[in-house]
Amino acid sequence: MSNWDRFLDSFFNLRVMADQLPKIVDGFFLTVVLALCIVATGLIAGLLLAVVRALGIRPLNWLIIFVVDLFRALPPLVIIVLLYFGLPAMGMELSGFGAAWLALSLVLMAFAEEVYWAGITAVPKGQWEAARSTGIGFLPTLGAVVLPQALRMTIPPLTSRTIAITKGTALASVVAVPEILGAAQAGVSFSFNPSPLTLGALAYLILFLPVVILGRWIETRFAWKR
Amino acid sequence: MADIVDARAIHKHFGPLHVLKGVDLTVAERELVFVIGPSGSGKSTLLRCLNRLEEPTSGSILVDGIDMLDKRTDINRARQRIGMVFQSFNLYPHMTALGNVALALRKVLKQGRAEAEQRAQAALARVHLADRADHYPGQLSGGQQQRVAIARAIALEPRVMLFDEPTSALDPELVGGVLQAMRELREDGMTMVVVSHEMGFARAAADRVVFMADGMKLEEGPPGQIFGDPQHERTRAFIRQIERH
Ligand SMILES: Nc1ncnc2c1ncn2[C@@H]1O[C@H](COP(=O)(O)OP(=O)(O)OP(=O)(O)O)[C@@H](O)[C@H]1O
Ligand SMILES: [Mg+2]
Repeated sequence: MSNWDRFLDSFFNLRVMADQLPKIVDGFFLTVVLALCIVATGLIAGLLLAVVRALGIRPLNWLIIFVVDLFRALPPLVIIVLLYFGLPAMGMELSGFGAAWLALSLVLMAFAEEVYWAGITAVPKGQWEAARSTGIGFLPTLGAVVLPQALRMTIPPLTSRTIAITKGTALASVVAVPEILGAAQAGVSFSFNPSPLTLGALAYLILFLPVVILGRWIETRFAWKR
Repeated sequence: MADIVDARAIHKHFGPLHVLKGVDLTVAERELVFVIGPSGSGKSTLLRCLNRLEEPTSGSILVDGIDMLDKRTDINRARQRIGMVFQSFNLYPHMTALGNVALALRKVLKQGRAEAEQRAQAALARVHLADRADHYPGQLSGGQQQRVAIARAIALEPRVMLFDEPTSALDPELVGGVLQAMRELREDGMTMVVVSHEMGFARAAADRVVFMADGMKLEEGPPGQIFGDPQHERTRAFIRQIERH
């Protein structure tokens, strides 16, 4: 067997691929579900934190900044492992899926909060003053005047952050979640052949390449146009 | 008749900076008071204290009988009666002219969309911009934007309007339209406090001119007197300097 044949047999073994395809497809959809859960939870939680921070209650803001810095500083894998192995010790059982979802949501929340906050502070003070001078209260001003402008500015940076963090779903394989990478690794162990990893890489491309292209489109579309 | 604005002994500190040093300002109903003075003399700060965009350090402010500095005063309700127009317009860039004017009607007066838009349209008509209702601020000239800002304030039917250098950010050829809108407002009987360098407008329309310097009211009187025969040396110097430009 030549080197080339060995390479083909290792990474493009069609029989093994056909065998493992169903598992990878399942992993694909599990990754999609996990990613959507993370995006929804992370972006909403981040927005809530930014809104609370805008209220300007000192001790609360210190707490928010601490939490945000914490989850930006810790490697996502460390958070996943801590939640998965640590929480049961505290009497709280969490599935691998749950741990990955919670951990990556917290990371996305932290980064998103910073981006939202930057957007909110970038809206000129005159916008607040104009609205408040007509008798509109703090929260309605934030909701109707400031956030729409802030969110528009945050769309490009938020898009790239969100894509980066959802790719972290691959880390869930460490806590036995059969998402794409997990399913591929299981396939490798089962068939004693790395070809399922090739399938896995393909599955990631099929999932994330359109997202990256969409992200590029969003970034150019919403980038400073005024 | 009670004054619409009755501000007494207003002091304002920004940290170590003593910006207002005991200013009194009263404005009677239907009166137009013009405030002039060198840059940094505290004109904007005084105006912003009147609707509590700035918190005075001490003093008392009654607007239309409402104690603006009483913690129990519902500040949002009180502000409905005080319209404010800013140097930089501050229109909401993501809303049409109509949306800009209608927002407070919906959020503050809790009007339905149809009612708010009808009233907003009427306010735009008063500043001769009925045909620009669906334009976004970015599609309007500076003068038009400022007139939308005036419409946004008068739509709430305030008891007094505060103008902080409403024409300073405008190209000269656009100033006239804004001054015209203010003149018409005055003819309709609006009570107004105007900070501005438009001395021609002050001469023609003001009932009283207040001269401020260093956080104090140095002099006040009818425009004829302040411009023709100012008592204070600093007033004289200021007016000479303005006239030269
Ligand atoms: N938020 C603030 N914090 C600190 N200092 C301030 C603040 N706002 C105003 N000042 C200071 O207060 C003083 C008065 O400012 P103000 O804007 O009231 O003057 P003005 O008479 O309106 O001047 P101009 O003609 O330039 O608009 C200035 O020295 C200014 O630097
Ligand atoms: Mg000023």
